[in-house]
Order: sequence, then structure tokens, then C-alpha cells
Amino acid sequence: MSGPSLMDSLFQRSLEDIIKGLRQQLIGEQAFISKALEEIRKEIKSTDLSTKSTALLKLSYLSNLHFHDMSFAAFHALEVLSSPRFSHKKIAYHAISLSFHDSTPVLLLITNHLRKDLNSTNEFEVSLSLQCLSRIANVDLARDLTPEVFALLSSNKLYLRKRAVAVVLRVFEKYPDSVRVCFKRLVENLENSDPQILSAVVGVFSELACKDPRSYLPLAPEFYKILVDSKNNWISIKVLKIFSKLAPLEPRLAKRVVEPICDLLRNTAAKSLLFECIRTVVTSLSEYESAVRLAVGKVREFLVDEDPNLKYLGLQALRIVAEKHLWAVSENKEVVIKSLSDADPNIKIESLRLVMAMVSEHNVSEISRVLVNYALKSDPVFCNEILGSILSTCSRNLYEIIVDFDWYVSLLGEMSRIPHCQMGEEIENQLIDIGLRVKDVRPELVRVARDLLIDPALLGNSFLHSVLSAAAWASGEYVEFSRNPLELMEALLQPRTSLLPSSIRAVYIQSAFKVLVFCLHTCFVQGGSIVPSASLNNLPAGVSASVSYESFDEISVENGADVTVVHGQTCASAPITKESIVNLLNLVELALGPLLGSHDVEVQERVRNLLGFVDLTKPEVLNSAVQEKDDSEGKGVETSKVIKLMHDAFSKELGPVSLSAQGKVSLPDGLVLKENLGDLEMVCGDLEPPSSNTFSFGSSYEEKDGLSFSNPQIKEDSEQTNESTSLLAEHRKRHGLYYLPSGKSELVSNDYPPANDPTLQGDIDDNADNLVKITAESLVPKRKPNHGKPRPVVVKLDEVDEKHVAMKKPESRDDSLSGAVRDVLFGCEDVPPTLSQSNLSNKLSSKRKGKEKQHTDPHVESKENVIDDGNSSLRRKDRSHGKERRHRSPRKKNVEERKETNQKEKEKSRRHHARHKSRQRAEEPLKVSAQTPVIPDFLL
Amino acid sequence: MRHNPEEAQRHQKSESGIPAFEAPENPDFPFRLLSRMIHFVLLISRQGKVRLTKWYSPYSQKERTKVIRELGGVILSRGPKLCNFVDWRGFKVVYKRYASLYFCMCIDQDDNELEVLEIIHHFVEILDRYFGSVCELDLIFNFHKAYYILDELLLAGELQESSKKTVARLIAAQDSLVETAKEQASSISNIIAQATK
Repeated sequence: MSGPSLMDSLFQRSLEDIIKGLRQQLIGEQAFISKALEEIRKEIKSTDLSTKSTALLKLSYLSNLHFHDMSFAAFHALEVLSSPRFSHKKIAYHAISLSFHDSTPVLLLITNHLRKDLNSTNEFEVSLSLQCLSRIANVDLARDLTPEVFALLSSNKLYLRKRAVAVVLRVFEKYPDSVRVCFKRLVENLENSDPQILSAVVGVFSELACKDPRSYLPLAPEFYKILVDSKNNWISIKVLKIFSKLAPLEPRLAKRVVEPICDLLRNTAAKSLLFECIRTVVTSLSEYESAVRLAVGKVREFLVDEDPNLKYLGLQALRIVAEKHLWAVSENKEVVIKSLSDADPNIKIESLRLVMAMVSEHNVSEISRVLVNYALKSDPVFCNEILGSILSTCSRNLYEIIVDFDWYVSLLGEMSRIPHCQMGEEIENQLIDIGLRVKDVRPELVRVARDLLIDPALLGNSFLHSVLSAAAWASGEYVEFSRNPLELMEALLQPRTSLLPSSIRAVYIQSAFKVLVFCLHTCFVQGGSIVPSASLNNLPAGVSASVSYESFDEISVENGADVTVVHGQTCASAPITKESIVNLLNLVELALGPLLGSHDVEVQERVRNLLGFVDLTKPEVLNSAVQEKDDSEGKGVETSKVIKLMHDAFSKELGPVSLSAQGKVSLPDGLVLKENLGDLEMVCGDLEPPSSNTFSFGSSYEEKDGLSFSNPQIKEDSEQTNESTSLLAEHRKRHGLYYLPSGKSELVSNDYPPANDPTLQGDIDDNADNLVKITAESLVPKRKPNHGKPRPVVVKLDEVDEKHVAMKKPESRDDSLSGAVRDVLFGCEDVPPTLSQSNLSNKLSSKRKGKEKQHTDPHVESKENVIDDGNSSLRRKDRSHGKERRHRSPRKKNVEERKETNQKEKEKSRRHHARHKSRQRAEEPLKVSAQTPVIPDFLL
Repeated sequence: MRHNPEEAQRHQKSESGIPAFEAPENPDFPFRLLSRMIHFVLLISRQGKVRLTKWYSPYSQKERTKVIRELGGVILSRGPKLCNFVDWRGFKVVYKRYASLYFCMCIDQDDNELEVLEIIHHFVEILDRYFGSVCELDLIFNFHKAYYILDELLLAGELQESSKKTVARLIAAQDSLVETAKEQASSISNIIAQATK
């Protein structure tokens, strides 16, 4: 054994050998590394610690810079760690903090090593151990080593104390109960005169305050003192960060800090501190006009600076200001616009966002014009960035800022012709969406669509295919507004359509079908050749749109009594003669005949439909074309009927469909869904929240159709907002808060109760009202989206839900952490100090629920319990989130009450808390020496 | 140490091209201690080679390579006179080029970018002081030392030590601890003792 060990240590390659060797390998790097790894695997098993540690060092190198797995060495690293030599320890700690993670199996074995080193007399060993702990701490390690970290928090070696302060943040995060032990010492360090310690503590608090600012409001006086006294810029920046979180919660605090911050703003020469001041003012003190003015002045200095960093940050600060003080952007308009052509893409994007922030309904067309010109000139990436932001700004809140839709639709057409444009899908969606929602724009839409369709060059650009699909659809759906349907037909059937993907080709064919039916209908059913009636087109909106110009009343009434809108205006400029119809039919047969054998089912099926229709009508058409004057009574009527039937089928108007429309489909009688699929609840729990939202706004789809559109501006919109506003008012009256509209939701919710609400199943009918209340209640946190508007609103809702899912994990941790902090600071008596983590959070939530009982009505409470008992975890998360928000107000009240009590009472209660604490502590294994009542009072 | 003449030449060039070391330190911005949430630190050479990585947030080995590939692509392709900040996956990466090396640190959206630039500069100055006009080769061959220096400077992603002098002193003290241990280990008597064990 001694032989190979000696050989190993004498001839072992050092790290430097490896590095040198690697640098000399030009091609065989991988081979070299695997050979080295092989050696390492052998060496690391050596009993000689020097050999072992060198092997470990080499391995760390390969793992760190060449990303080779080193998990196999976990146990060896621990062995090296036990070496008495500092150099070995260092290598081992390095390797461990590099490679260990929560699921490393030997993590359990490290606790004692760490503890030993944390108690070491060599401060560097302690420091290494702290460093390692900060990296690999998990719940167990954090719990087991809390006493050691606690002791180090008041170590008289400043070097160790500040490191312990930094590590304590990790320990808190992993094991919130440690807050009860360590928090007081941490707060004591806030009064330390050493700037290094102070900075470490303030840093910890600024990180903590990011997660849950409210808990640290009681410490505001200490922070205020630091803010005013500190001469150290690093500390000032951190304190500013804390205040930017605290100030929005407590107006009096904001009032107090605004002056010192303005002083800093005026006097500091350090750019980073200056920037932090600006950011604090614009994010958290935006209601103090003078402070904002001052900050914006400084931002302007940033904007005109040579340094691109300052320029970028200046633009970013402006973007934050813009939310509340748009004037700040307008004042700096020139710089912003100039930055659009900056060399730096990041600056360009920032300025683009600012430009978009300035958009309003008055200037949208000018700004879009300017931006489209920029887009024409810029590189593809930025071009699409511009187009994307125009599209998203204009479509915001259902085209809120667009007044002139004709202009917007032609802009969409123009944008799709920009060479670099890759936003085809978005343009497609908007074209269709506008077509559905805005009745007045349809003639213009058809015109734009026609321009796009007849240009054969566009068919070659694959990014435009989706736009073309929208154009084809619009021209088919609204063909009655077309000036020349025959031309449209030719465009739809042109040979180059073979370049389209088959799904879009199918749309083309279907549109051709609609156009053909329209032509036949105008020609035969409406009687002979059509006189151009384009003048109708220009009638004022609102008058003409709902008036249906029908020359064939009787049949229309017979066939579809509920169809109110049939081909509004006919404005064909080219007369449709029977001859042209014959040509049209021939064209269809010629163009689509070859597609009968298409491999794509969609295409094939549509072609068959269309050709079948042609077969059906063609003989008749030919017949009538020959004997034009002869009014054929027998057969002619039959064909007319067929045409009429098809026309009616197509003329039924399509409306926008909410994403959650399916949720509104009523449950058929006798279909027992819930009982058999009860088990699915667990799995499908996540899907529940969106659907529970949907039934709060009513009107099933058929109903919508049945309504006549008296106000054609944005039909679905106005209809639903009218409805929703009246309902909203009603509910406000009833509940004092503003809830979601629910008149129709009663009706719908009967059919579609929330799936995971078994108690309500039986007595739905009696409780419909309650249910509405509950759903409204459950929606309170998400009340922002307006349910009156179908599509975009639902998208917004989905986003909210996603966010909840994403936040799920941190939240649970924060909850317990901030809960613990709050307990320490506010001295909550009802939570015993030695609770496991899960216990603690349960306690907290139950406490919260208790509070809730006072503020919400019992129905809600029972419902919440039901849901909490259920397995739907997302739902619960959602709810707890909501709860928390709702609770802000009562808690705040609490806080204010507290503040209003006079000094004496505070003194008394403080002493009481301290006494109480000491009683609690008695149960703990730890002897806590610091019992001084450091819970500070509120500022002011 | 610079056994490869070609390499040495190349690096001599870059050595002379470190202007930032002479950059005047902002007088009223003393480097004191400060804490910060830095998610990771990367040193990437101009050729895209990784010279040092330090992860303060948990990333798996796979994610690490992905991050480096992505960021390397983004940062190396940026021109010289652009701003030093890159938006990346909802985070912000602050980078600065010193000679042939890019120093990158990843922070949260609402952290102070200028402050991080100062930290990077601070780190570079400490390296410079320790190695004596540092160049990329120094970092390549003293990979672990650069690491230890970074560890003195940052802990748990937060700046620990803002005085250059103190860091130098701390590192020197630890180096001497290591050296004595090494001497012991490599002394002849030790080897004989081991051999005859």
C-alpha cells in the first residue's frame, strides 16, 4: 500500500500540469480530459490526504471550467474536509460549494464538520465554513447550525461577524424559525458603528424587505437614522432600497424621508447613488411633485451624457416615471426620439418603449407613421420590435386608443408589406378580430384584404402567409362589401396559391366558395345584373349598418327569421352578368379540379364541397344564360333555393368568441360528470380558476347573435359593457365593494358550478345568489380585468393565473419567513416558538383565517374551508394569495392603531412582550442571552 | 510560467491594453462593504473560453453550460461603445471588458447596475494588486486563487469586503497558512515517513 501511495504522491500531476497540458492540446482536448479524469478517479481513492486533495483540486477545475460531473467525489471531498490542514480544508470547501446541492446524499454527514469549523479558533476556517454554509444550506443544516451562526452574530471578530450576518439571510430563508433566535441580534447590529457590519446588516434587510416589506415597518426609525447619518454610499444605496419598499406602505414615512432623499439627490456626486435616489423617487415617492421634478432634472442629465450606461439608465428611469407623470417623457421627447437611432440595440428598445408610452388616441397615427418609417430603415430585429410594439399598443384593451379603424386596418396592411416583417400571426389575429368586432370597418378591411390578395409577389413570402389567410377569410366573409367580387375570385384562385401551406389554402378555397355563392346570389336571386350601389357605402355609421338592404325579403324571413344582418350593402362596381358567372364557374373548375386528389384532407374536402356546388348549379346557369329572357318558373326556383340556402348559411354573422366560451356551454340533463370523474379533481384542479371566472359574465353565444346591433361601433363591446356597468352598479350598492357583473352569471352558474365545490352541488338552486357572491368574492384579488370584454380579457386572466403558479414556491417560503419575522417584531403571543416549519405555516394560515372571519361573510368562509380541505393545491395557493392581499387593510389598521397608542402603553406592552418571550425561550435548548427589548417603536 | 512564447506575446499585448486599471477611482465613492444579491459571476475570454464561474443561486451543471453559451453569445457580439447592461431572461447582466476578459455578473431587475460595475472594477483592482498587473494567463494558471479572492470579496452573492488592502491582507494570511502546510508535506522527512509507514 505504501509503494503506490508514494509513487502517486511523487509523480502525481499537479493542477498546473493539467492546465498546461490542456493548453497544448489543440484537438485532442476531450481525450486529454478523460485521461486526466481517469487518473483523478484513481488518485482520489488514495489514503494520502495530499494526493487526495490535489486530485480533488484538479477535479474542481475540470468541473468548473469544463463542466464535468464531479458528484462521484462527494464523499472524498468530505474525507479531505476532515484533514487538520488548512490547505486541504480550503480545497475541500471549494469542491463542496461547487458541487453539492440539496439532493447530494452525503449532505447529512457534513453537519458535524461544519459545526466543528464554525467553532474553530482559526478565523479563516470559520469563514470557509460560513461560506460553504451560505451555498449549500438546506433546511436541516440551517436548523442544526442556527446556534453556531447565532453565536457568531455577536463575535468580537468583525471579520466573522459580518460574514455571519450575510449568511444569516440564507439560514432565515431555509429555516424561518431561526428568525426567533437570531433576529434580535441582527437588529442590534443595525446600531453598530462599524460601517462594514452596518452595510452587511442593511444588505440583509434590503433583501428581506424585497420579499415582504410590511414586516419591517417597525424598524423604520433605525433605517431613517442610517439614511440621515450615513456617509457611506454603499450603505445609502441599500437603505434607499429598503425605503423604496417601505414608503408606499406608509404615507407618513414617505413624507418623512422625501426631504433627506432630495438632499442626497442634490448633493451626491456618485452616479450610482444618484441613480438609486432617482429610482426611489420615481417608484415610491411619485406623488411628491417637487421631488419628481428634481429627479427628472437629474434624469435629463443622464440622457444627454456621453456614457451609454447613463443614457440607458436614464431612459429606464423615464419609463418608470411615465406611468404616473407622462409630462416627464414629453419634456424629453427629442432625446427619446433621437435614441431610436442609437447604435446600441438596448438603448433603441428602451426608447421605443418610451415612445409607445407617449401614445394616446390623439397622436397614435402620427407616432405610428414615424415608427413605421423607422421600421423600414432598421435591421430586421429592431424592425420587428417596432412592429410588435405598435401592434400591442394599438390592440391594448380592445383597441382602446384607436378611433379611426379604417386607418388602422390600412396600417396593418402596410405593416405586413414591410420587407422584414415577421409579425404575420399577430397581424392575422388583429385583422380577423377587428373584422369581427368592428362592423364599420369591414368595407375598408375588404379593400385592404383585396390589395393583399391580388399581389402575387406576397405569396412567396412565408412570413406573410398568415396575413394572407386573414385577408382571404375577410374577403370571403365580408364579400358583400367588395367592389368587384369577380376580381376577388380570381385572386383567390390564382395559380401561385400553390405556394401556400395547405391549411391556408383551405381558407382560400372556403373563401372562394363564399364569394361564388355571393355572386350567384346577387345574379340569380336578387334578380339579374346588379346596378352598382356604391353610394350606400358612404352612409354615416350607425344608420346604414343595421339597415339591411334586402331585395328579397320574403325568402329571408322564411328561412332565417333570426338573421338580422344579411349582406348590408351591395356595392359591386363591375356588374355581375350571367356570362361572367359562367366564366367564374369554369375558372373554379379549372383551378380546383387538380386539387380533388390533394393529400391534405382539409383542402380536398373543401374543394369537393365547392365543386359539388358548381356541379349542382352549373347546368341551370348555362340554361338560364342561353334563354336569358325566359323566366323559368320550375327548375329555376329550385336552384335559386339552393343558392339562397347556401347564402343564408354563410351570411350568418360570426362574433368574437371568448377563450372560456366552452365553460358556458350548459350541462345536458342526465349527464353526470362530477360523480364519476371526481378523482380527476386533483389533476384538473389547476384548470378550475379560469372557468370559475367565466361564468361571472353572462350571455351565451346564441343570445349575442340574437341581439340587434343598434350601436355598431364595437358591437360586442358596447353590448356587454352596458350590461356590465348596470350590474356593477347594482352590486356596488349591495356589497359596498366593487364586484364583478353577475346578473346572468346566476343563470349560467347554475349550469356550471365550480367543480371542486361539492357542498354547493345539492342546493345550487337555492343558493345561486350566494354562489354569485362567493365567486365575486373569490375574484376580488383579480378584479382588475374587466369581464365585459370577451377575448383579451380572458387572456389577461390566464396570465394572472400563470403568475400565481409561478410564484407558488417562493410564496410558501416567504409566508413562513415573513410570518416568523412578524412574530418577532410584533410579538404575537399565540405562536409557540418551537414549531416545525409546516406547523408554523398552518398556524399562520389559521390565524389569518381567524382574522378573516371578522371581515368577510360566513358563506365565503365556509367555501374557503371547503377548498382548503380539497386537494386542489393551486386553488389554495391562489386563495392564500388573495387572502394576503385582502388582509393588507385590516393589518394596516392594526398597525395604525398601534401607533396611535401613547408612548407609555407601548413601553408597557414592550416589557410584556419581553417577559413573554423569555418564558417561551425557557423551553428552548438555546440559552439566549440578549433579552433586551429591542423591538423598536414606529417612526413618528 | 509563460512557457508558450506565442501565448506570452499575445498576453503582453493585452496586458498593455488594460486601461481601466488606471481609471480614476471616484473619490466620493469609497469601496466599503456592501451586500448584494448577485446570482452568478462569469469570466469569459474574448474567444468565448470560460475562465471562472461562480454560482450563488443553484444551477445544475446542464443549466450552467446553457447560461454560458447564451450569455457568451450575447455579450461577445456586442460592440465596444455600447452600454454595459444586457437584459437576459428577466435578469440583468452587467458586464465589462478588461483587456481580453469579460467580467459578467447577473443581478435582479431592480438592482443598481452602476453599483455592480463598481464591484466588478473593485474585483479587477484586487486581482491586479495580488498578481501584479494581472493578465488572463494569471487567472488561467491560478484558477483556484482567483476563486479564493472572489470568495473573500463576495459571500452569498453579496459584497463582503470593500477595502482592497484588507482583502490583500486576508489572502496573504491564508496563503501563508497554505504554504507552511505545503512545505511540511513536501519535506523529505515527510516523504520518508510516509514511505516507511
